[in-house]
Amino acid sequence: MPELADIWNVLFLRDYNTRLVVICTILLGCACGLMGGFLLLRKRSLMGDTLSHATLPGVGFAFMLAVAMGGDGKSLPMLLTGAAVTGVIGCWAVLFIRNQTRIKDDAAMGIVLSVFFGAGVAVLGMIQTMPEGSAAGLESFIYGKTASMVLSDFRILVLVTICVLSCSLLLFKEFRLLCFDESFAASLGWPVKVLDVILLGLVTAVTVAGLQAVGLILIIAFLITPAAAARFWTNQLDRMLLLSVLIGGASGWFGASLSAFYPRLPAGAVIVLVAALCFLISMLLGVERGVLVRWLRQTQLQHRIGRQHLLRALYEILEANRQGGELAIVAVPFRQIRGRRTWSDRSLRDCIRRAYDDGLVEMQVKEDTIRLTEAGLAEAAHVTRNHRLWELYLIEYADVATSRVDRDADMVEHVLGEKMVARLESKLQTYRSAGTLVPASPHPIVPGD
Amino acid sequence: MNVVSKELSSHSESLPELKSPLAIRDLTVAYHRKPVIWDIDLSIPEGKLVSIVGPNGAGKSTLIKACLDLIPRSSGEVMIYGQSYEKERKRVGYVPQRESVDWDFPVSALDVVAMGTYGQIGWFRRVSKRAKALSMQALERVGLGDYAHRQISQLSGGQQQRTFLARALVQDADIYFMDEPFAAVDAATERAIVELLKDLQKRGKTVLVVHHDLATVPQYFDWTVLLNMRVVAAGPTEEVFTQENLRRTYGGKLTLLTQAANEVVQSR
Repeated sequence: MPELADIWNVLFLRDYNTRLVVICTILLGCACGLMGGFLLLRKRSLMGDTLSHATLPGVGFAFMLAVAMGGDGKSLPMLLTGAAVTGVIGCWAVLFIRNQTRIKDDAAMGIVLSVFFGAGVAVLGMIQTMPEGSAAGLESFIYGKTASMVLSDFRILVLVTICVLSCSLLLFKEFRLLCFDESFAASLGWPVKVLDVILLGLVTAVTVAGLQAVGLILIIAFLITPAAAARFWTNQLDRMLLLSVLIGGASGWFGASLSAFYPRLPAGAVIVLVAALCFLISMLLGVERGVLVRWLRQTQLQHRIGRQHLLRALYEILEANRQGGELAIVAVPFRQIRGRRTWSDRSLRDCIRRAYDDGLVEMQVKEDTIRLTEAGLAEAAHVTRNHRLWELYLIEYADVATSRVDRDADMVEHVLGEKMVARLESKLQTYRSAGTLVPASPHPIVPGD
Repeated sequence: MNVVSKELSSHSESLPELKSPLAIRDLTVAYHRKPVIWDIDLSIPEGKLVSIVGPNGAGKSTLIKACLDLIPRSSGEVMIYGQSYEKERKRVGYVPQRESVDWDFPVSALDVVAMGTYGQIGWFRRVSKRAKALSMQALERVGLGDYAHRQISQLSGGQQQRTFLARALVQDADIYFMDEPFAAVDAATERAIVELLKDLQKRGKTVLVVHHDLATVPQYFDWTVLLNMRVVAAGPTEEVFTQENLRRTYGGKLTLLTQAANEVVQSR
């Protein structure tokens, strides 16, 4: 077990051996987070996957070329250039297959991705048989070899990160438009293809720069996961990208630090797992779109609809018992409300309890009856009125069968406009109740049990 | 209106056709070896509300996209105020089909409307305060002032459509191309759009609308293009929108709704 002081030293970059590696993965994480955000929103996530797999043959060819030219083949810039070239050819191949044949995106990507990867494995196999090849260590491009990163990797990553950051800042508005509405962008005269090429070029740069760190199989996870995690927390693009950069950077930081203590754990995998943990937490707890928030919203909606149903049921029972003009509040047996809808005893009791908490109804436990309060009656009249206006609207204007009309009626004026509401009201016989004009139901109401 | 257009042409040296906000000659577009629109010749007079009507697959959207250089033309030319689209781009506003974008995208309604100003802003520069204020005004004009900062997935379908319209308004164009702005909208939105169209017309703008609901064509539009791969008829709605022309446009697909529309025309 590593000592606390060691952990401290690695995390805060005081340890000379790991400092460079950790800085490199932080930079890579930031660049990946940023480009991943655009990639995700441009719906090109799988394109990134194709790109990264298609880099492998390039690495092999570049090595062979360098050896043929008389070097030892381990020149990093040369290898990465080779990777970028075949990566881009891979993307182009996907677009070509998609545009020139009727094969769809997913199939085209599947074909290109595995064929290029297969070609890469074959080329690497050939290199193994070469005298210079056995010690080349080109397999590190597949799984990454974070711990062996050196100053030249660092320089490349700094360059790529600066490039990606400045392009995204300068072209933020352009990329946003491109990702959201390509054809509108084109109609405004923006060179959509050029922007797309710039975006793809930046993604290629990040991917290739990350090959050494996390390897070509895992780089796609490092691109997409922070962005997907960030999306759960915000609905604004700038904040999402910022958060994605932070999550990416943090994953690189913690992942590389963690793997520094356990040399058997490859850093690339740990980094991706840390990013995945961030994703999991975001998916559950994200304040805009997380699972928990969605579940809460859904429950609230259910409660609101349940309350509307209860109030309307009570109102319609009173209405049926009405003698003369005014509605009188009388206690209604639970059984009678229960019979008005297909709701279970339990859900109805829950509903009544919540309405009681809100001061809309009173309960007489002994007689098992429910009584609207004054406030409850006003609310019930309002709910019933809106519901009926909706029904009438749908019957009159949208050819919907009467029996199927029912919907959350909170927003009637807002959606239909006041003129339409006035027109609808004039069509229904109305009477004033509890301060609201309540029209008669446009269809016969089935009396409760 | 004829008088007006004569006056206009007598003031200018150029041919009357060059004054037209949109003049199309011999336009053919083909995808996948199949022509979608054939030899379109069309000249739209200034200040009209024009509906483009035809069955599914008649090439209505294709026509609009070809006018805006969004898809390659097989042949023919499109002139906007007598110039190529490239030159007169700033005078053109575009409302794409609502389904053409991802409404889950992390932007607010105001952000979307502000995109209409990107053409004037140019490369690298940020969206200015002034552009944002203009966008806000446009949102208010379509009745969405209160929704400016909502994320677009939280808007109803009709509100999303109005957001798109506001984005076109902020372009402050002279000719607008709208691809099915009435598709699947609620009553309030339909009214808002119609009022907006009439208002644009009052201010001398020309508006082309791909439209599906034949019953409302005579009520909303004063000019109509009947399209089914080729232009079956184009002209003032009261002259063009006849049972005979509709049958020629829709063939056997003429539905009950269409016949109802005919009765509307005949009863006038």
